[in-house]
Amino acid sequence: MALSEEILSALNEKAWKNRRMAIKTMVWAGGGHAGGALSQVEILVLLYYHYMNVDPQNPDWEDRDRLVLSKGHGGVGYAPILADKGYFDEEQLKIFNHTHSPFGMHLDRLKVPGVDASTGSLGHGLSIAVGLALGARLKKKDWRTYCIMGDGECNEGSIWEAAMAASHYKLSNLTAFVDRNRMCIDGEVEKIMALEPFIDKWKSFGWNTLEVDGHDFNQLDDAIQNAFQNTDKPTVIIANTIKGKGVDYMENVAPWHYGGLDAENEEKALNSIDRAYGKA
Amino acid sequence: MSLTYHVYDTDEMTPAEIYGQVLTKMGEERKEIVALTADLAKSTKIGKFGDKFPERFFNVGIAEQNLFGIGSGLALAGFTPFISTFAVFASLRAAEQVRTDICYQNVNCKIIATHSGTSFGQAGTTHHCTEDLAIMRSFANMTVIAPADGYETANAVVECIDYPGPVYIRIGRGFERTVYDNPEYGYEIGKAITMRDGGDITIIACGPCVLHAVEAAQTLKDNQGIEARVINMHTIKPLDKEAVLKAVNDTRRIVTAENHNILGGLGSAVAEVITEGGKSCRLKRLGLPDTFSSVGHPDDLLSYYKTDADSIVEAVSEMLGQEVEEDEDWEDEV
Repeated sequence: MALSEEILSALNEKAWKNRRMAIKTMVWAGGGHAGGALSQVEILVLLYYHYMNVDPQNPDWEDRDRLVLSKGHGGVGYAPILADKGYFDEEQLKIFNHTHSPFGMHLDRLKVPGVDASTGSLGHGLSIAVGLALGARLKKKDWRTYCIMGDGECNEGSIWEAAMAASHYKLSNLTAFVDRNRMCIDGEVEKIMALEPFIDKWKSFGWNTLEVDGHDFNQLDDAIQNAFQNTDKPTVIIANTIKGKGVDYMENVAPWHYGGLDAENEEKALNSIDRAYGKA
Repeated sequence: MSLTYHVYDTDEMTPAEIYGQVLTKMGEERKEIVALTADLAKSTKIGKFGDKFPERFFNVGIAEQNLFGIGSGLALAGFTPFISTFAVFASLRAAEQVRTDICYQNVNCKIIATHSGTSFGQAGTTHHCTEDLAIMRSFANMTVIAPADGYETANAVVECIDYPGPVYIRIGRGFERTVYDNPEYGYEIGKAITMRDGGDITIIACGPCVLHAVEAAQTLKDNQGIEARVINMHTIKPLDKEAVLKAVNDTRRIVTAENHNILGGLGSAVAEVITEGGKSCRLKRLGLPDTFSSVGHPDDLLSYYKTDADSIVEAVSEMLGQEVEEDEDWEDEV
């Protein structure tokens, strides 16, 4: 069922804000993982503003849903969402990456409220998410675990160890996303180390699999609904995305995996985002 | 928490078997305990826990990175995972998961690493682990324990559950002779145990070398009238610095013995304390001399690498023939 116009418009507003804040945070930080922070936006926004049962006033609430941002370099886009949710003051984003700041490129759960797992080294998050999902089942709790991976990250063997375990344990309370922006640092994932047939790999590992446009809230929402209906398998949602989405000069440009923005680039980026949302 | 030990016959049970039994016993009271392994349930004896509590036991197959990652997730969900595999896989194959997912996040995972050192003798270097103390010691938040025998392993397992943060307990294959004849000797994580006092020289040992150090001290006394102090340094981190500095003060000569590379393990930890203490002291580190291990019976290897009782006697005798520079101000400064 399609999301209502009201909800869609609210989500789009949050996505617009998140893209702008990711850019601004990168400026305060002196640089950032622009491409991946912009490709993951719709996944994070839909989860945090429509699905996840969390209490920013009580970040350690036992019954909360968990999210493991396995592609930890998305931190510069994730932190603004946590700030907007009320875990901490948005003003704090201004010290992102500064010496002794609680915020580095890859968020630390012991320093940033709302972060469920410290990530950054790729290939670790799905195993942690499997442990969280097993924990929920053991505790007979119905909180859900979400995990967002990068596609290049799926070159890591440990992802497939975890994939095997998640289906072996029939973790239907685990929903994973692959932010399939098709780019890693050195270029195109398929050219560097091909993942295709990607969805078949997940299928053969015993997962419920879905492939959607990762910038389309309705498609993502349908996929999450599908995941909730499944009772004996973990679900992976391959979200086809565009690295750098929303900033015209960054889209699908590999060097924007990580970059610094001067005042001119910042203005161009914010203008591009505003235009994409009809705000210019 | 306390447990009854006399039910365990240490003459017939290996340290791993004892810890398997102790963990299972603890599992009855402590529902937060979960146990994990990677196809080594039988070899590490953690399977005993699984037999009793199948729903709290996870054998993830031969996938150690996943093993420690899942352990981290279970700890984040509020459990206290005991994770057991061979030392070489815990400290090398899954080193980054142990460091980043467990130590960096400071979660309550307790790692029981079996077959450490050269205890898996004939299996050779791929299954030996003579680097783990060095590796684990360098991970912030990690506590590192190398128990002397089965009783001490049981004590360490019992103590570690309420000891905050990650703990690494390194044991052998399980065929080592025991040092203690009961568990009530005042075991405390981070507190060295003086096995025998003496003022001529100090032998500081951990793991299987403790027994050899005790035997060496007896031989030294019987044959040469030498009074050697023997310290069981079961906790490598945090190291009992006071015990080391007191040994420096009282004996001015220290021999360390460990079933590990002499780089980075017990000997190195002791050397750091001696050096920073600023007082002259002779030190000889016994262990593998920065080489990959040979194949053989574990007892033969302990002897080949000069960490058995005879070799310790030899090292002590040699050191007693060497001068130690006097420190005039010593008494005032201690």
